[in-house]
Amino acid sequence: MKVFLKYREVWLLAAIVVLIGLISMRFPGFAAFGNLRQVFNDTSILIILALGQMVVILTRSIDLSMASNLCFTGMVVAMLNAAHPAIPIPLLIVIALLGGLVLGAINGFLVWRLNIPSIVVTLGTLTIYRGATFVISGGAWVNADQMSPDFIGLQRAAFLGIPVLSWIAILVIALFFLLMTRTALGRSIYAIGVNPTASVYAGIDVGRTKFIVFCISGMAAGLCGYLWISRYVIASVEVANGYELNIIAACVIGGISIAGGIGSVGGAVLGALFLGIISNALPVINISPFWQMAISGSAIILAVVLNARGERRQGRIILKKAEAA
Amino acid sequence: MDTTAQLNPTTEQPLAAAPRLTLSGISKSFPGVRALHDVSLSLYPGQVTALIGENGAGKSTLVKIMTGIYQPDTGTISIDGQAVTLPSAHAAFGHGITAIHQETVLFDDLTVAENIFLGHAPRSRFGTIDWRTMRKNAREVLDTMGAGHIDADARLKDLGIANKHLVAVARAMSIDAQIVIMDEPTAALSLKEIEELFLLVEFLKSEGKAILFISHKFDEIYRIADRYTVFRDGEMVGEGLIRDAGQSQIVRMMVGRAVDHIFPQRKAEIGAPVLAVSGLSHPTEFDDIGFELHRGEILGFYGLVGAGRSEVMQAISGITRTSSGTITLEGKAIVPKSAADSIDAGIVYVPEERGKQGVVIGLPIFQNISLPSLKRTSKSGVLQLAEEFALARSYTERLDLRAASLSQDVGTLSGGNQQKIVIAKWLATAPKVIILDEPTKGIDIGSKAAVHGFMAELVAQGLSVIMVSSELPEILGMSDRVVVMREGRIASIYDNKGLDAETLVKTAAGIAA
Repeated sequence: MKVFLKYREVWLLAAIVVLIGLISMRFPGFAAFGNLRQVFNDTSILIILALGQMVVILTRSIDLSMASNLCFTGMVVAMLNAAHPAIPIPLLIVIALLGGLVLGAINGFLVWRLNIPSIVVTLGTLTIYRGATFVISGGAWVNADQMSPDFIGLQRAAFLGIPVLSWIAILVIALFFLLMTRTALGRSIYAIGVNPTASVYAGIDVGRTKFIVFCISGMAAGLCGYLWISRYVIASVEVANGYELNIIAACVIGGISIAGGIGSVGGAVLGALFLGIISNALPVINISPFWQMAISGSAIILAVVLNARGERRQGRIILKKAEAA
Repeated sequence: MDTTAQLNPTTEQPLAAAPRLTLSGISKSFPGVRALHDVSLSLYPGQVTALIGENGAGKSTLVKIMTGIYQPDTGTISIDGQAVTLPSAHAAFGHGITAIHQETVLFDDLTVAENIFLGHAPRSRFGTIDWRTMRKNAREVLDTMGAGHIDADARLKDLGIANKHLVAVARAMSIDAQIVIMDEPTAALSLKEIEELFLLVEFLKSEGKAILFISHKFDEIYRIADRYTVFRDGEMVGEGLIRDAGQSQIVRMMVGRAVDHIFPQRKAEIGAPVLAVSGLSHPTEFDDIGFELHRGEILGFYGLVGAGRSEVMQAISGITRTSSGTITLEGKAIVPKSAADSIDAGIVYVPEERGKQGVVIGLPIFQNISLPSLKRTSKSGVLQLAEEFALARSYTERLDLRAASLSQDVGTLSGGNQQKIVIAKWLATAPKVIILDEPTKGIDIGSKAAVHGFMAELVAQGLSVIMVSSELPEILGMSDRVVVMREGRIASIYDNKGLDAETLVKTAAGIAA
């Protein structure tokens, strides 16, 4: 299984290298380190969101409300910053994390205690959180000139030649990697996704674990609320509208099985980067945005087909062994 | 290849001349298991043949062969003297063979009429379904069966199980099925519903159908069967007319067997009580369960499938709740609210369905073993991988598990080795009481011996074991005492000294000894 997973990520990495190669033929500067660094920075937010979504999908659930959560928490911190520029930015980030956590916890609570399917819960909260954004803002925007220089500047500052935004993504990747491979919670998340019944017998609280993964995805969305607003310097009800589909697409391309239990941090990151490269590269080589959508869509279907084939092959191996036994 | 004529050297005069369906020389093997070996069975028109045998005797495999789901390795099937093959369920259906299962396999959201005519609905001139004729025909079929009280337009899910059986029979009638297999049809029925079912069986007999009736319940068999066939360990060991055979005779055929497996000898050093259960009750599944388990003891739980044994064990291990009763572990009353509570207290449950409830296919061996012990192999939530590996290694070695690497996916292991993983994972929690539900079901002889040897080792180390098993040799070979359950209650508790299989079967089936 592990060997196979590695194989899948290696395959995705190879596809990305080929993609970069193809783009470089039309636009030689693309593969330059400086440009790739820029692509990574542009994709940082998607990477963080995809990782949050990944833990949810691994438990056979889905969080459709992430983009709305991002929009809401983004609006909250933007309004706070506009009203009280003296609030230090680290405190605003903590507020964004907590705000996202609360919205995620609401999803998790409904899934856990009321036993409602997550797709229904988060379809509902998708609308509710965006509606709540309208309520708190009265439909007004928060513009760049209302935001403090620190609010906008933090993520643009560079450290060791790499923007802070990228550093935040790298830190989040590391945290998720540790969570999934080195903690009891990460192990439980995989176990629940692969075999929920056996997990119950093993003493894992499936409901509570699902609650926790929604809290995690909520915090990821909250963090990105701040990052998104400070990057695009506008907070409105329309922020990240429909972006939940990009997040899920990144996970699917990254080999996270929608059926749960299969997927890795590396896969989610590569899936997000794949989408990031396409959206960065196609405009510069003069391919219309409609092609961009078609390419992303094809990549999703291709990824699902390959993953499904991979899972089938695994089944055959079991049978062969059983026959040999 | 042979013909039906050679096949039935029955000494008794059959009630009717020629058999409708004849199976002869049927064998079927699965990897590591010989399910059926050279078995024969005949069904006669207008007669009920009871198929009797312990769990694992091969009854279900035979039903699956008769309904086209499995293909026999060798042997012939003939209908009215003509050899036939049944390559698919559809083909069996086409030959007029239909099965009514314990849990009906009909469609809950379709109407009664749709269920009856699914796949052979009457068509109108334009090739669309002729709904009016279909409803009319459905009502006719139900009326002939004396089931006119069922509304042909009702959704199936609104009917009770007994009425669902009636619909299944109506479906059989509508395709003019000549051979009806009833696989434990009474298991989920109330007494009154069973009576209604029997009237239906009488009706089918009077229509000249050949009926195969599978049941564990002797009173039912004697009530409606004309003939019997006994299976044991995949072989046919006796057949005849039911009126010529006494219950004891049939029970002896079921259980008598050559000793093909030596159980480990052990010196029973039974200590003080460890676990005491009293008055344990559940609203629907079991009532007033009370027993004691001592240190170093193997307590066998025997009973028919559905007697409530697994349900009691799940309650003791915190997976389901009870309505009343107490569980005392080492003198302290415990109230397990979750599996984690029980594991922490020292009671672990190794479930019956290895695939669904036991191993986590897709995770490597070491992660499977450490799964219930994550609290112990991690420090404030952070896994200590070295400790995990050490834990996994020590238990795989004790169980003599052969695998290339502990990082191998458990899905690549054989059934016997998967069972060892499941046991290893529970032992790794250092339990006081270990409950094994059908620990050797579906695994090969070699792995069985290893599991039995290990059980003996466990109790020698002072653990206490509850073993739920439907295999008589295992119960008799391993247990110190045997609890027999019947219909959700404890029927009797025996000391395993001079205990014989017949007593157990009779107690479990409710036959007066």
